[in-house]
Amino acid sequence: MEAAMGLMRRMPPRHSETTLSALLSLLPGHASDLLSQVDLPLQVLSDVDSGKKFILCEYNRDADSYRSPWSNKYHPPLEDAPYPSSKLRQMEIEANDIFTVYCEQYYEGGISSVYMWEDDNEGLVACFLVKKDGSKTGQGRRGYLEEGTWDAIHVIEVGPEEEITRYCLTSTVMLSLTTDDVSSGTFSLSGSIRRQMNMNLPVADGHLSNMGKMIEEMEAKLRNSLDQVYFGKTREMVCNLRPPNEVVQMRLPTS
Amino acid sequence: MAEEETELSDQQKKGIAKWFLINAPAGEIQYVAKDLKSVLKDDDVYNEAAAVAFPIYNKSHLIYLKMPGGYGDVLVTSYGELQDNEYLDPKTAQVVIVDHVKQVCKRVRPATDEELPSPYIEEYRYALEAELLKYAAEAYPKGSCAVYCTNGKDVEGPGSDFEFVVVISAARNSPHNFCNGSWRAIWNIEFRDDIQVLELKGKCQVGAHYFEEGNVQLDAKRECSDSTMFQGPDDTATAVVHLIRRHENEYMASLEGSYFDLSDNTFKELRRKLPVTRTLFPWHNTMQFNLKREIAEELRIGELHDIKRA
Repeated sequence: MEAAMGLMRRMPPRHSETTLSALLSLLPGHASDLLSQVDLPLQVLSDVDSGKKFILCEYNRDADSYRSPWSNKYHPPLEDAPYPSSKLRQMEIEANDIFTVYCEQYYEGGISSVYMWEDDNEGLVACFLVKKDGSKTGQGRRGYLEEGTWDAIHVIEVGPEEEITRYCLTSTVMLSLTTDDVSSGTFSLSGSIRRQMNMNLPVADGHLSNMGKMIEEMEAKLRNSLDQVYFGKTREMVCNLRPPNEVVQMRLPTS
Repeated sequence: MAEEETELSDQQKKGIAKWFLINAPAGEIQYVAKDLKSVLKDDDVYNEAAAVAFPIYNKSHLIYLKMPGGYGDVLVTSYGELQDNEYLDPKTAQVVIVDHVKQVCKRVRPATDEELPSPYIEEYRYALEAELLKYAAEAYPKGSCAVYCTNGKDVEGPGSDFEFVVVISAARNSPHNFCNGSWRAIWNIEFRDDIQVLELKGKCQVGAHYFEEGNVQLDAKRECSDSTMFQGPDDTATAVVHLIRRHENEYMASLEGSYFDLSDNTFKELRRKLPVTRTLFPWHNTMQFNLKREIAEELRIGELHDIKRA
């Protein structure tokens, strides 16, 4: 299993789906481990009622059907399927509305979904998902990207409600971007990172507010990490391979 | 989805194994091989797959190996391939026999006259390579390069066309820092005797992989072309390397530029650093938000029934 995860970390992130299906066919006995530890780019369906898109994941799936956070219906329809309690569904609706606004602010578009359910320890689990297509044919506003996707999955385990409640967040971001022009050729970066964050927060502030702030903080950290550390390291490597010529004119930053 | 998984055939396993090996990032095939063997649990299938996959990987990554006897490095590339495991090193006029899977040189022998170009061609090739070596020593401190004649190696004198390929390969492996990378450049040079012009076509490919608690890969490539006059060996060598140096410098600058833009502009296409308001999201305003929604809901309830199912 460790070897399988090692392979996941080395294969090009663009091929993560192929890598995972290759591993699943070689290690059928480890299927549930692999599926829970490996994240793949998010898939999307359209809600039958409103046509609004929603994101598919393990947390809104039952058998081969997926529950929409907009209509609360399973696609395709399913008998005897699990639903959140009506109280939780209220919170889920509110979370979806607010998260949509948050995504509009940060992602200038994109698709978002939130799913909630009660867990065995009298707490709850919430999953916040975002999918953004930033390519110039998608929702990229500035037309820089030939291809660009950002997929974020945030799973928060909320401990049993006490004055100070425990929140455990596990976040994964997968992204890829490609620019392409005649003079500089094709430039492609892609990758994924996963981090965890635990906080004890006053329940009086409200679950949504607490979870929202954690996610916002986490996304900022991940974005920064990808930009400065990860992309930065690849840039450093390129400079090591071929030390830049000082005499060369640097392209001035476009404003 | 609890069906019985049918056992994969050896053929299928081999295909999967080859895929993993061929797609290993620069400098990482041995690590991938180790993990693959654990997952595959079938040494025979692995060995068969490796025998096919390693040569493909080695040649596409333009790996360079130390030659026995302290002669320096030899590039493993299709341009210098004489037979499956034999590669010409034009710099020292020797041929190495290589073990692809172990990625080492087993033996070295002098090249035969048939394997080498004619003196006329060699004059051009040698001059170009000498100039190239000077450039590469500066630009690619740990790299390797060579010039191969890929067409017309037996041309005796002026009056015929011939073709060279310049290969530059630089790799940096820092596995303890979780970072590996490679720079590969291939320049096709067509010597057109009829119009007395050299036509150059260059392709640069850069890759980098950083994988400390994550997995991020850079994959960049660019093609370009240029031309220069067909002159004597020394002048041609100077002119060609001058062009190569200029184009590669430009490419390096454009890569730097892409990275520069990334932080400020390109990344924004995916996610902004902050909302347009330049403040964090007002999560505490959910109460206000909730109120607005409740009012809107009450207005709608008259028209719609059962929007929420239990």
